[in-house]
Amino acid sequence: MSRIKGCFAALKAENKKALIPFVTAGDPNPAVTVPLMHAMVEAGADLLELGVPFSDPMAEGPTIQKACERALEHGTSLHDVLAMVSEFRQTNSTTPVVLMGYMNPVEIMGYQAFATAAAEAGVDGLLTVDMPPEEASDLVAILKTVEIAPIFLLAPTTVDARIAKICAEASGFVYYVSLKGVTGAANLDVAAVEQKVMQIRHHTDTPIGVGFGIRDADTAQRVAAVADAVVVGSAVVNRVADNAESPEKINEAVASLLREMRVAMDAGPPKVGWMAKIFGTGK
Amino acid sequence: MSSEVADLPDASGHFGVYGGRFVAETLIEPLDELTAAYERLKNDAEFQAELDKDLADYVGRPSPLYFAERWSKQLGGAKIYLKREDLNHTGAHKVNNTIGQALLAKHLGKTRIIAETGAGQHGVASATVAARLGLECVVYMGAEDVKRQALNVYRMKLLGAEVVPVESGSKTLKDALNEAMRDWVTNVDNTFYIIGTVAGPHPYPMLVRDFQAIIGREAKQQIMTAEGRLPDALIACVGGGSNAIGLFHPFIEDSDVAMYGVEAAGDGVDTPRHAAPLCAGRPGVLHGNRTYLVEDDNGQIIETHSISAGLDYPGVGPEHAWLKDIGRANYVAVTDDEALKAFHDLTKIEGIMPALESSHALAYATKLAPTMRKDQIIIVNLSGRGDKDIHTVAGLEGISV
Repeated sequence: MSRIKGCFAALKAENKKALIPFVTAGDPNPAVTVPLMHAMVEAGADLLELGVPFSDPMAEGPTIQKACERALEHGTSLHDVLAMVSEFRQTNSTTPVVLMGYMNPVEIMGYQAFATAAAEAGVDGLLTVDMPPEEASDLVAILKTVEIAPIFLLAPTTVDARIAKICAEASGFVYYVSLKGVTGAANLDVAAVEQKVMQIRHHTDTPIGVGFGIRDADTAQRVAAVADAVVVGSAVVNRVADNAESPEKINEAVASLLREMRVAMDAGPPKVGWMAKIFGTGK
Repeated sequence: MSSEVADLPDASGHFGVYGGRFVAETLIEPLDELTAAYERLKNDAEFQAELDKDLADYVGRPSPLYFAERWSKQLGGAKIYLKREDLNHTGAHKVNNTIGQALLAKHLGKTRIIAETGAGQHGVASATVAARLGLECVVYMGAEDVKRQALNVYRMKLLGAEVVPVESGSKTLKDALNEAMRDWVTNVDNTFYIIGTVAGPHPYPMLVRDFQAIIGREAKQQIMTAEGRLPDALIACVGGGSNAIGLFHPFIEDSDVAMYGVEAAGDGVDTPRHAAPLCAGRPGVLHGNRTYLVEDDNGQIIETHSISAGLDYPGVGPEHAWLKDIGRANYVAVTDDEALKAFHDLTKIEGIMPALESSHALAYATKLAPTMRKDQIIIVNLSGRGDKDIHTVAGLEGISV
């Protein structure tokens, strides 16, 4: 069984949801990343998303744009990111690692060369923001030969027929982008997310992760109540950025956020009092 | 030349391996909606009549095809004709496309226009059509370009547009495009994104080309009237490549007509400071399409340089990438200095002040014309007028205007 499948199966057996933090590799400098990955696992992360820095991160809000810029100041390349995963794997062979980024670094490396190197490094999945399934068939075929899961996005604008098509090609998990906007946006509508997640569930048994707009223990708890996995990006990267000048504080700053989220998610759906039951929870 | 080349892109927006749709999932549905609307309207007589009327009465088309007799004589070779897109309303070819896309926005019921701009010509053309249709307009412009194109920034503000300086990355056109994409993905319900060039995700490279192809269709008729035959060569500058594809496309199947796309060599294509992806770059994926890019060995986009803000872009339209690979068009590059000389020459010899973008095409004509016979014909696309560049040119001479 792949690490991703094993991870979700184990969580399901315990009736828990996956906590998936995102950090940009090499932010604020390359030495920080591997220890931070281990610290996130210790704090309760189930799966790690590692951002591959790109010069033109079109889907990112200011937080992750700046993280890319900090990482690129040190020249963090896709090769370097794979080396970080290799190093992480020396002492962690169980936590799945998904690379998240944009197509061009993978294009330049070449699909086959990337797939071989990524599998060797211990990468479990690849999510390229700017590659919908229509453009992905060559890459997906190659990734499958090395058992790396192509992770596809679904969005609020994705129509039903397309959800079915994407789910049919999905493996690992599907990633539902919870809002129209860039990463780090503020206007998360959990009720709308729940509705869309239920719609997606009609089409697939693949676990459904939800990301964009999850900023604290409260939003993590509410999203965990309706999805299989909670992806936390900008909130984590903000903690990295806040401590960019004193990197020794980064691990604890990120870990404390993840521990709060872990506790809230494991406590189950938020309890709703009788007043709220009658009058609604409002906004 | 087979008709297949002119029939591209295919249904999924590909020109060979180039083009396509490399965008975040949120934008797929609006792109599908746009494609469907365009496919319906492009064959709709009423829509076409509305477009033709606007192009005639508002833009001032057809633009003249002018024989630059004195300049041709001095160069001592082929006869050079200039397609005068600089005489369009707003001063460049950009308005051909914004008129068309604004009509699409109206038909789709969108109330808000966004655009990216480099030199500011596309921003001005977008702000102009938005003003005329009473639509809100936000223009993203690299902070560097805001500085070097102050006149156009003020023009856009006068037209009621909000100009947002983009401070990320290299603070030029590519970063403005990133920011416009971010706006679009956030405000997709009410917003129409008017892309200014033949790049971006499908259907943009196709529809922008179709709106700009009026340049080539007119030029073909006009040269037949003037000379009774097709030209031997076409020359146009290539940043994203919309004026070039507009001139080239109606001639693609006329295999005796040579085509030259002129990129910005900046300090030289053998230096790090250029903006010539077709001459000195390689294929990759950026801004929604696969095409030639100026990039490093790790796939990071490199900051480009050109004296002309409108050519200062690391990518190029996917149809140009295709035309290069199949050998139908030739892509060359001229330096800042060569373009500047052409700017001055045309101003002094013909009394026409060209945009610095168009000056790249003119500079290549000065190289090509002397190698040709006197009975041969070149058409150069004079894509825009140079008023907007006076500050840049004066600054180089140490004059503050």
